[in-house]
Amino acid sequence: MNDNQSLNLLDRALGLDQQSRTWPLSGRVVLIEDSVETTASFVLHHLIKRSLSSNSSNVIVFVAFANPFSHYDRVLRKLGCNLVTQRDNNRFFFLDMLMLQCPDGDEGKSEVGLVSLYEKIRKTISLLPEDKKSHVTVMIDDISLVEVAANGASDYVLDFLHYCHALTSEFGCSLVTLNHKDIYSNTEMPTFILQMEYLADILVKAEPLATGLAADVHGQLTVLNKATSLALGSSRNKVHNFHFKVKENSVEYFYPGSRG
Amino acid sequence: MAVFPALSNVLPGHRLKHQRHRSPPITVTGLKYKPTADSTEGNPNGKQIRSNGCNSVTKLHPLDSTMATIKPRLSSFSRNISVVPSPQTPGLKCGPNGTTFVSSGIPDLDKILGGGFPLGSLVMVMEDAEAPHHMLLLRNFMSQGLVHNQPLLYASPSKDPRSFLGTLPCPTASKDDKSRHSDSEQDKGLRIAWQYKKYMGELHQNFDSNRDDKQVFCNDFDLRKPLERHYFSAQRVDCVGIQDSTNLVALRDRCATFLAQFSRTEGSNSCAGRIAIQSLCAPQCEHSNMEWDMLSFIKSLKGKLRSSNAVAIITFPASLLSLSSSKRWQHMADTLLSVGAIPDEDKEMAKLLSGYQDMVGLLNVHKVARLNTQVPVILEATTFSIKLLKRRFLALECLNQAPVDGSSGSSYGTSSSCSGSSKTLDF
Repeated sequence: MNDNQSLNLLDRALGLDQQSRTWPLSGRVVLIEDSVETTASFVLHHLIKRSLSSNSSNVIVFVAFANPFSHYDRVLRKLGCNLVTQRDNNRFFFLDMLMLQCPDGDEGKSEVGLVSLYEKIRKTISLLPEDKKSHVTVMIDDISLVEVAANGASDYVLDFLHYCHALTSEFGCSLVTLNHKDIYSNTEMPTFILQMEYLADILVKAEPLATGLAADVHGQLTVLNKATSLALGSSRNKVHNFHFKVKENSVEYFYPGSRG
Repeated sequence: MAVFPALSNVLPGHRLKHQRHRSPPITVTGLKYKPTADSTEGNPNGKQIRSNGCNSVTKLHPLDSTMATIKPRLSSFSRNISVVPSPQTPGLKCGPNGTTFVSSGIPDLDKILGGGFPLGSLVMVMEDAEAPHHMLLLRNFMSQGLVHNQPLLYASPSKDPRSFLGTLPCPTASKDDKSRHSDSEQDKGLRIAWQYKKYMGELHQNFDSNRDDKQVFCNDFDLRKPLERHYFSAQRVDCVGIQDSTNLVALRDRCATFLAQFSRTEGSNSCAGRIAIQSLCAPQCEHSNMEWDMLSFIKSLKGKLRSSNAVAIITFPASLLSLSSSKRWQHMADTLLSVGAIPDEDKEMAKLLSGYQDMVGLLNVHKVARLNTQVPVILEATTFSIKLLKRRFLALECLNQAPVDGSSGSSYGTSSSCSGSSKTLDF
C-alpha cells in the first residue's frame, strides 16, 4: 500500500504521519466533539483501527457507555479489524459500562462508581507488561453519558477525567474522549466542555454542513492540533479543515470543493 | 489470486448473501470445479481434485495447490447453504447489519426508516406541546404490536392508562380492495400485450405473495375503528400510570422485568416486545423536574434494550425540558422523530404546498437508528406531511410544492398552467 492510501487527511491532521518510534498520540489527550445532526463516532472507530493495526503494539482500554461490544465489533470488522481477536490477544480491553449507575450524587457517593471505574482502568494498565504500558490508549464513549451515570455531578466527572489525564503523564498513554458539544452550547457557562477542551491536546470537531445533510458530504471535520505547533517552535495552532463521507469500510476525507 | 483478499474481507453478514446468490465456481487447470461438500471431504491433502462434471482426476500445479488451500473455506461456504434460514416470525423482518425490524404500524414510516424500528433501539418522538400528533404514532405502534401478538408495556401520565387501549385503531382488510384496484390496472395493461398474459399472471401472483408478507409485517390501520377485543389478552398488555409515583424507580423496575422476557442471551428470536411511554416529562408527573433522574432512566432503559429483543418508543414534549437537557435526550435516541401540527387556515402555506387541505400535521425525521454501523442514513427528505387517507388511514408523504401560479410571473409559470395542475415538484 502506498503512503497516500494508508494515511488520509485525518491521520495527517492528528499527526499520525510523524516518523517516530513511539505512538504519535502517546501522552496526548484527544477530544472529539459532535452534535445530534452529525455523529463523530467514526473518528473513534478510526482511532481504534489505527491503534490496533498490525504494525503497532498499542493496547486500547475502551470504556463504553453508549454501545455494547457487539456494535463496535461489527463496525470494526467492516473496517478490517477483528476486535474479538484483539481482545483475546490482550490488546483490546472492553469495559462495558452501559448499566453503570452511580448512587445519589449529592452525598458524594457518586464517586464510588467513578472511582472504582478509574481503579479498573488503572489496574488494567498496570497489569500490562512494562514495555506496553506506554502504548495504551484509554477511550471513553461518551462523556455525556458518564455525566448521566453520575447523576449530573459534573464535578465528579471532571475529577474522573483529571485522574484519567494523570494516567497520560504517569504511563505516557493517551486519552481519547467523545462528547456532544451541542448539549453545552445553550448553557451560559459551559464550564464542563471548556475544561475538557482545555485538557485536550487535539480537538476534533464534527459539524454538519451549513447547507444541511447531503448524501455526498456527511459533514466537516475541524482538527485543532495544539501540540504540533509546539514541536515546531511556533505559537500558531494548526487547524485542519476538511469534509468527510462515512462509508462502511472506510471514511473519505477531502478538502472542500475538491470533489466534483 | 485476487480471490483471496476479496474473500477474507467479506463480512459474515454479506457472506450469507453471497452464498445465496452465487456459489463461485473455480476453474482449476481448465476444469470447472464446483465447491461441494463431498468433493472436499475426499481431498484431505488438497492435491487432487475430482471434478464434478467428468470423473477425471487432475494433477495440480504447485500454484494451483495454493488455490486448493482456500478450498476448505469455500466448502464451508457451500455447507452453510443447507442451513435453513430461521422461520420468519410474523412481525419481524431481517435488516442490514444483523438487525431485526419490527413495524412502526405505519407502512410509510417503515419505508422511510428503511424497514421499521430495529430491535434493541430506542425511538424518541418530540411532541408538539399543543397538538396530540404523537398519539397517532403511539397508537399505530401499539396496535401493530398487539396484532402481531407481541407483549406491550404502556406507560402514561394519565389517570387511567388502560383506557387509552380503547382508542387503538383496528387493522383493516384493505388488501382486498387494493388488489382489486391493481387487478383492474393489470387488465388495462394486458390488453396491449395479451399474449404474455400467462406470464403476467404468474408475475402478478408472485407479487401478490410478496405483498402478503409485507401485509403481515405492517398492517394498515383504520383510525375510526377500535381494535377488536380478541387482540387484548391480560398478560400481554401491561399498563403503568406514572403520574402518582414520586420517582421513576417503579417504572424502571417494570421496564426491567418486562425486558427480561426478551433477553437476547436466551437465543429465542421468536418474540419481540414493545414499550410505549407517553409524555415522559409531562409536568403533571412529580419526576418532571428531576432532569437527571429522567436521563438516567432513559440511559438504563437504553442499556437494557440493547441486549433484548424489544423496541421502546418514548414521546416527550421537548419544549418543557431545558435546552441542554433536551439535547441530551436527543443524543440518547437511536431514532429521533418530531411531530407538529400545521395551522388550520394558513393561506401562504396552502399556496405553497399541494394537498395542504388533507394534511393533519408534519413529521420530521432527525435521526435514523444506526445499530452496528457507522454510516449515517441520509434521507432524501426529512420532512413529511401526515395525511389521513379516506379519513381513516395514516399516510406520510413528501412535501410537494404546489404548481406555480401563472400570475407569479416565473418563467415556467405559464407552462405549468398549460400542462395542468397535476405536476408537482419535490423539494
